[in-house]
Amino acid sequence: MSRLIDVENLTLQFDTDEGRITAVDDVSFSLEAGEVMGLVGESGSGKSVTAKSLMKLNPRNAVYGPDTKITLHLDDGPVDVMSLQNDTEMKVVRGGAISLIFQEPMASFAPAISIGDQMVEQLLIHTDFSKAQAKELSIEMLDRVGISDPSTRFGQYAFELSGGMRQRAMIAMALSTKPKLLIADEPTTALDVTIQAQVIDLMKDLVSEFGMGIIFITHDLGVIAQTADKVAVMYLGRLVEQGTVRDVIRRPAHPYTRGLLAALPTLDDIDAPLTPIPGDIPSPLERPPGCVYNTRCQEVIGPRCSTEIPKFSQVDSDHAAACHLHDPQGDAP
Amino acid sequence: MSDTPLITAQNLSVHYPLRGNLIGPKPYVGAVENVTIEIAPGSFFGLVGESGSGKTTLGRAMLRAAPITKGDVLFEDGEVSYSLKNLGKQELKDYRKRAQLIFQDPYAALSPRMTVRDIIAEPLEVMGLTKSRVETDERVREIAAKCRLNVEHLRRFPHAFSGGQRQRISIARALVSGPKFIVADDSVAALDVSIQADVLNLLKAIQEDMGLTFLFISHDLSVVAHVCDHVAVMYLGRLVETAPTRTLFSTPRHPYTQALLSAIPSLDPDDRGCAQKLEGEIPSPTNPPPGCKFQTRCPHAIDRCRVEEPALESAGTEHNVACHRWQELAS
Repeated sequence: MSRLIDVENLTLQFDTDEGRITAVDDVSFSLEAGEVMGLVGESGSGKSVTAKSLMKLNPRNAVYGPDTKITLHLDDGPVDVMSLQNDTEMKVVRGGAISLIFQEPMASFAPAISIGDQMVEQLLIHTDFSKAQAKELSIEMLDRVGISDPSTRFGQYAFELSGGMRQRAMIAMALSTKPKLLIADEPTTALDVTIQAQVIDLMKDLVSEFGMGIIFITHDLGVIAQTADKVAVMYLGRLVEQGTVRDVIRRPAHPYTRGLLAALPTLDDIDAPLTPIPGDIPSPLERPPGCVYNTRCQEVIGPRCSTEIPKFSQVDSDHAAACHLHDPQGDAP
Repeated sequence: MSDTPLITAQNLSVHYPLRGNLIGPKPYVGAVENVTIEIAPGSFFGLVGESGSGKTTLGRAMLRAAPITKGDVLFEDGEVSYSLKNLGKQELKDYRKRAQLIFQDPYAALSPRMTVRDIIAEPLEVMGLTKSRVETDERVREIAAKCRLNVEHLRRFPHAFSGGQRQRISIARALVSGPKFIVADDSVAALDVSIQADVLNLLKAIQEDMGLTFLFISHDLSVVAHVCDHVAVMYLGRLVETAPTRTLFSTPRHPYTQALLSAIPSLDPDDRGCAQKLEGEIPSPTNPPPGCKFQTRCPHAIDRCRVEEPALESAGTEHNVACHRWQELAS
């Protein structure tokens, strides 16, 4: 496998009327081609903002940290995403090397333009296809994602399709430009379980067929267990744990990941009590000092947790957690 | 639990008219068709199904918030007994005190221009349940404390609260009139898992504390498994299976229930893709298929399923299933 993207020290703040809000704080990760990374976290953890930063798709009041470095390794050599200035330069990345699938497919399609015209439009921007070629490829992609009668669907509008069908069309559209990296932002959250299972299957097939990398954003650890190779867990803008999907789910090392897993109702033992994580996720305006999770953590080991930001320490070869529990130097009382 | 159910849906159908031709039969959408369920007092009754299965409509019909086309809903709490289809104006007002609804989205359900105190007090004022402001305040504080909201919270507006706290405000508002029966319509779906567990535990605690009866509508089977004692599964407006929770999850008999269970993504990364997958999507209720409504997606459908609609039949103690082939498939 070859390296696809390196994200180093990604920090992102938003200027608002109430002050400067830190949405993402010093996040680093990398992804190989053909690898699926699950990005897990609750609402407000900064997972969507992180993913959108990879194509600088954040609103104008976004301020990137000076040390932020995002390198996309394409066939023609590396691209420094942070150095891209205007929309024309961004074209290589947005919709070209990286495609994005949103959570709510009804809101992502333009309601008054047919599905087909929207698919053709982006192909004309990103490839040198003729209109006829673009149409042919679009219909082929609709067929590929399991939409029956694709040439009829091509001429239809978003409201004429069911939720599952719309999400399939969204995937077809995202993949028709043959991106290197697909960002799927909660692609199955709005769908029923039976349709979710179909879409997950489809995405798994497509990874093996197209060999692209996927960043799969979700709050559903079950979906992660079924799709991802590795997992990154976010809390209040910081990465707290990273590792292979087996390690993180079977041997969670960060108290937050452990809390998430304990709060999840499972069918294996329906009599087990549900253990909520106490308290609420703090407002980004009042980020706790030290470890961001210390206000809700059940395993606080001392004043260090509320003063010193924990660094990542390896718990296993491919498994690291940012928690003082795993940082032996500071274990002295 | 006593023998008389608190609330019973009897052959309940809810139809919504569609625009049709001048001549010929009037077309309609059968959102709920011939559903019979009994909910015992003190029960936490789960109702599951996909979008479009009619679960929300059924819940609303049981509150007389959706039209009852055929059949009836009977309410009997020891003080009053109502037939919801023929409720007078005064009786309906009284029923509203006894049956309440908790909505799905705590962001949309609370008015941004009212303080939390006013939101919780509104049902008391509308229904004229308290005589003075002092009495109202006392009642509001009492209910708020039960829902773990403190006096400080009551002065604020909803925007200052997180999703979990807002849902606790919605719960307090539903409880303030002292109801016996609560419909919780997908009330934890919009919450994060860490908060969801907290709200579920609160609902359970309140139910035991105040002796309430819940109809818990959800599309998440694992949540239902943890909190409910009985479960009914709906598909395209019909009841396909009902059973005590343990029975339903250990021996699901209807192919749809089985498919729903196996579609839940497993937390085991090594257990991928061996689930039984359903093809296709739920058909439109304006044009339901003939025979069994599930036949278009059922892996076990035979010719009989395509012409004859199965009725609910007993598959064990309190366990009913509507499938022609369940016995055959169980063996």
